[in-house]
Amino acid sequence: MGQRTSLHDRHVAAGAKMVDFAGWDMPLHYGSQIGEHHQVRRDAGVFDVSHMTVIDVRGGDAAGWLRYLLANDVARLEAPGKAQYSLLLNHRGGVVDDLIVYRVAAGYRLVTNCATRRKVLIWLARNSPGYNVQVEERSHVAMLAVHGPNSITLACGALPGDCAGEVRQLGNFGALEHEGWLVARTGYTGELGIEVMLPGESAGELWGKLLAGGVKPVGLGARDTLRLEAGMNLYGQDMDENTSPLAANLGWAVSWRDQDREFIGREAVQRQRESREQDGGAVLAGLVLEARGVLRNGQQVQTDQGAGVITSGSFSPTLKQSIALARIPWGSQSCQVELRGAMAPLKIVKPGFVRFGKRIFE
Amino acid sequence: MSNIPEDLHYAATHEWVKVDENGIATVGVSDHAQEALGDIVFVELPEPGAEIEARAEVAVVESVKAASDLYSPASGEITEVNEALIDNPQLVNSAPYDDGWIYRMTITDERDLNELLSAEAYADHCVDE
Repeated sequence: MGQRTSLHDRHVAAGAKMVDFAGWDMPLHYGSQIGEHHQVRRDAGVFDVSHMTVIDVRGGDAAGWLRYLLANDVARLEAPGKAQYSLLLNHRGGVVDDLIVYRVAAGYRLVTNCATRRKVLIWLARNSPGYNVQVEERSHVAMLAVHGPNSITLACGALPGDCAGEVRQLGNFGALEHEGWLVARTGYTGELGIEVMLPGESAGELWGKLLAGGVKPVGLGARDTLRLEAGMNLYGQDMDENTSPLAANLGWAVSWRDQDREFIGREAVQRQRESREQDGGAVLAGLVLEARGVLRNGQQVQTDQGAGVITSGSFSPTLKQSIALARIPWGSQSCQVELRGAMAPLKIVKPGFVRFGKRIFE
Repeated sequence: MSNIPEDLHYAATHEWVKVDENGIATVGVSDHAQEALGDIVFVELPEPGAEIEARAEVAVVESVKAASDLYSPASGEITEVNEALIDNPQLVNSAPYDDGWIYRMTITDERDLNELLSAEAYADHCVDE
């Protein structure tokens, strides 16, 4: 038996097929992965993402430490109530993990991946000597993500009445704190939505209210197809410690705005930038299969510039065809894949296939 | 626990077979198999008229999770395929023994059916697997 979130019994009661996910018992789906996918694109769904690692950073050097540790610049979070996507890089410029950092009244909160938990906690501890920071994992914090075009309206009906009004006013990557809860306009689906971090003992009540209000539970299966349609990377598949952010479509999450800022991985990524000016290097592209069939992780593809590999491939329920993220040579114009003995053409697009329920590539 | 109708024959590779009074066999995948596969998004059907050998790959069922080959439980000729699956592959999930059938065939040698499992034996097989 794996670790359980505070909502475990509610998942079982809702008919979830529970599977092991990095040591946690998590819902894969509650009957139909595709049905849940459409539920998020068309209405509103709730995910239990309490397996994510929540880490609070306090202390006088919190900002300075995070500016050193993270590739994006927390100085851009001008006040509490702002969040930012960021990366932990190693000294070789590889990605240790991706995360969201929230600026809160008492300091900062990091939400990192579940499968990387131990590695990240060690990495943070190893890189904190010399800084006045307290780093504390919040393992009793539960996290619910409510996403879909109707998510905000329905979630506001389930949230404590005195914060619903403020939640409606939040902009993208805005956050608010309310009596130990953190509510933020962040997510992993390409739809409108919020993520709610709250004490584990309160999660069941919120879950119950959301379901009573018409929000449907959504499992990790649909979470993966939703994030792939949105063109969002999955750590461990689309990038890892040996991948440059520049080869993972994550250059935008490395901030060069403050030219004097020293951060781990800076020199390596600088070198990667220079060498890419020479040879282009590899890029993470989106691929669309027009033929019937499903692209799968690890499949080789052939472009006019050389070989590439699919890092995340699946079926897009919204587009009703297969899509993928793939690492291919820079400048590739055409691409094909072997499917059951024959070569099938693939369309190369920018990563990102569906946003707000609609196809976004030409 | 998955649904395993008593009146069908089963292959260890999770196909079911039902033979009608005219000797035509209908083939599909079991409830256990569809559940393990998850939502099915494509079914690659065989060509009507094709001659197939028992235990040869005859169709492919692709789900959100994986592609799975379907093996013919008997030798014979394909007489009909379920074209409804082209637009609605999820029939295999919702009605694996009914509207989600995959193809029909004549059976060259009825002894092929003796190689298959009864419902009871198939249930044991699913538990052991």
